Amino acid sequence: MERISLKKSNLFKVATVFLPLALIPLFDHNPYHLDLFTTVGIYALLAMGLNVVVGFAGLLNLGYAAFFAIGAYTYALLSLHWHCPFWLGLPIAGLVSMFFGFLIGMPSIRVRGDYLAITTLGFGEIVRIAFNNLDAWTGGPNGLLGIARPKLWVPSFEGGLHFETWSFSVNPAPYGYLVLGLVAGTACLLLRLSDSKFGRALVAIREDELAASCMGIPTLKVKLYAFGVSSFIAGIAGCVFAAKQTIITPDSFDFVLSVLILAMVVLGGLGNLWGAVLGAAVLGTLPELLREFADYRMLVFGLIMILMMIFRPQGILGGQLIQRELDVRHKESADGAS
Amino acid sequence: MNAALELFIQQLINGLTLGMVYALIALGYTMVYGVIQLINFAHGEVFMVGAYLALTAIWILAALAGPLPFWVSFAALLVFSMAGSALLGATIEKVAYKPLRNSPRLTALITSIGVSFFLQNAVMLIYRSKEQSVPEIIPHVQVSLGRISFSLIQGVIFLTSIGLMIFLTWFVKNTKLGKAMRALAEDPEAACLMGISVDRVIRVTFILGSALASVAGVLFALYYGSVNFHDGYLAGLKAFTAAVFGGIGSIPGAMLGGVLLGVFEGLGAGYISSQWKDVFAFLLLVAVLISKPSGLLGENIPEKV
Amino acid sequence: MALLEVKGVSKHFGGVSALSRVSLCVEEREIVGLIGPNGAGKTSFFNCLTGLLKVDEGKILLGRDQRVLSGMSSDRILEAGIARTFQNLRIFRNMTLLENVAIGFHARTRSGLWDAFVRSPRARKEEKMIFDQSRELLRFMGLESFGNEIAANLPYGHQKRLEIARALASSPRLLCLDEPVAGMNPSEKEALAGVIRKIREKNIAVLLIEHDMKVVMPLSDRLVVLDEGEVIAEGRPQDIKNNPRVIQAYLGEG
Repeated sequence: MERISLKKSNLFKVATVFLPLALIPLFDHNPYHLDLFTTVGIYALLAMGLNVVVGFAGLLNLGYAAFFAIGAYTYALLSLHWHCPFWLGLPIAGLVSMFFGFLIGMPSIRVRGDYLAITTLGFGEIVRIAFNNLDAWTGGPNGLLGIARPKLWVPSFEGGLHFETWSFSVNPAPYGYLVLGLVAGTACLLLRLSDSKFGRALVAIREDELAASCMGIPTLKVKLYAFGVSSFIAGIAGCVFAAKQTIITPDSFDFVLSVLILAMVVLGGLGNLWGAVLGAAVLGTLPELLREFADYRMLVFGLIMILMMIFRPQGILGGQLIQRELDVRHKESADGAS
Repeated sequence: MNAALELFIQQLINGLTLGMVYALIALGYTMVYGVIQLINFAHGEVFMVGAYLALTAIWILAALAGPLPFWVSFAALLVFSMAGSALLGATIEKVAYKPLRNSPRLTALITSIGVSFFLQNAVMLIYRSKEQSVPEIIPHVQVSLGRISFSLIQGVIFLTSIGLMIFLTWFVKNTKLGKAMRALAEDPEAACLMGISVDRVIRVTFILGSALASVAGVLFALYYGSVNFHDGYLAGLKAFTAAVFGGIGSIPGAMLGGVLLGVFEGLGAGYISSQWKDVFAFLLLVAVLISKPSGLLGENIPEKV
Repeated sequence: MALLEVKGVSKHFGGVSALSRVSLCVEEREIVGLIGPNGAGKTSFFNCLTGLLKVDEGKILLGRDQRVLSGMSSDRILEAGIARTFQNLRIFRNMTLLENVAIGFHARTRSGLWDAFVRSPRARKEEKMIFDQSRELLRFMGLESFGNEIAANLPYGHQKRLEIARALASSPRLLCLDEPVAGMNPSEKEALAGVIRKIREKNIAVLLIEHDMKVVMPLSDRLVVLDEGEVIAEGRPQDIKNNPRVIQAYLGEG
């Protein structure tokens, strides 16, 4: 029963963490800080999404930025050509990104461990170069501009009940709330996922794929689910990003971004949802705190990744993945000796 | 000779030149993968550092010595760059990978991405500007036949690369260390039992691989006349593609894969579109990994049950 | 009609043949011992049976409807009704005992990804069923007090029992045990033999690989002897004991 009672508190846990954050825009009116708040939120979405494949399923995806890009371009194109409202674009961007996730995932997940990392990296580069070169649709290196911001329908009672549209503007606070809501919702759903039979199946696959398959887990299918969920989240994040920036260029979605998000997941602790959020918060705000050292930002990221892997591979909050793999290693070497 | 054939031959020569460079880098990937099953993501950066070291050596030569015959300067560049990169390779191995020898593969792979980022940004901070032009060392002379031209620098690239490949093949076949490398790649436990010092062999592998990559870096810098701290990423990835294409772990495979990839790219750029030329390499990479991960010359190792 | 029917199964590794034309059958509620010297191909046979190895030749049929299992993936074979344990224990070491057993229910439950996200009534009901029955199975294997322990922290004998509980979770028709009593002391062995008899009472047939003749002889209804990938004898335990070919095979080993 312990587990059942844990499940009920997911919503509570998410609320305790994120409700206090919702107060920030009330006290801090500095638009610069609020903009950073939103950016960190988008990073948190991405880190949580990447954590599903890298942390939960143990599949190293080095092309994650591509799914972010697909989400962003999907909404941008929908908005520019069909005046698609943001709230409709959001799920579509997620679904399109998920579709590509399946498309790329299906051949990739058959590939062995570290090769998978390179395969996804290759796909990621192909997507970026394609966005760069398909000038007719994507505007090439100049990107797309004039993407519509989200609109809300606010009821008004003056002169009878009717709805007035209220559009997001350069004011970053509404974006902050939008992103916070999405992060909290995603966290809640992912906690449910990890407490379900699929969450257990992913852990089992990570621990011993062969035994998992002998215990009736369709390993390819479950891994593909993880890929789909992960790319859906990236698509959502991309849509929000496009609606916030109103301009997107292929440069925003390069390999550096994929690695940056990976660094966040690693820093927080592979396989730990809260770790991913924490990693996003730390690596998202760090460069702003150390503005005068801005040039050293990427250097420091590289260093963090090296040092974390050597001295604390389980991350700040203690991920589950690495510890488990270490144990499996010990077991395998013991088997080899016998 | 008709124009179509001339274009073909010219693209072939250009592709082969590039292929030699890829092959030299690919050798490092394949050797390291052979001995410790690590995709050394930072290897492309070692190549890039090699190119920057060549630039540095040119500056030093210009400051200290007067004009020298081109082959003397070239030899000096090679020695300087190889020594520096070999040292770098050994340091990377010792600091970043050795502590992780018994860790999961994912850990080491993430570390190597970290090393790659670190090196790239360290070079950017040291040399400041994004792109640096490299002074001409090898005189710009070329032989022409119709519209086909073959320059002196291309000749230098061919000679140096082929020479090094012959040397490496000899080294692996005939020296004690080379044999130990092969033994370690084939069966680590047996190699250990036979009294091979695993640490030493791994170190030598990194040193050799790094030195070869730095030669590729020198040639690359002289050929294109400029260096950029971003060069390592793309060149490294393509060389990795070459290594996988040829069969990772296989030394002749890396050579063959590199040369073929260069030729494909040259012909693809010439006939289809140079904008999409990087996509060809990545498509090839993805296709090989998915359909035949053992590559052209690699051995098929079934996973243990 | 037999529950499991194996017809002329062969498996080669390169030029070496691990199994050549192995045929055997297991009846409903039967306990069959698979014995033979080291390297006889017993585990390879299990791997072929459970889809970890592809069969080169021959057919594996299960049940009244003669379902063809050869060529199916491991998870489908488990769904069809064959569960197994491993010679070198392959439990999920960092999961709790309850979670380990719960994995065995994956194929039997129908709720999908969407149910997991919205926590649908079906998913809740199934989760409750999974954990209730998992506890039941742990009790059956005498592990009820360790449900929330991490599997890695248990003594070896308990881990072996856990693996059997996990296999039973899929409610198989045939349970394949690869050396279930290896590494146990005599009283543990005795207890486990009792458990295997109780499993048969649940209407599950058992095929077991076992080296310990003191265990396998009294336990099995029938023995099949493998040597160098071939079935060299088959019959009641007391007949096998005196079969000259079997004696020869075992003596040849030493």
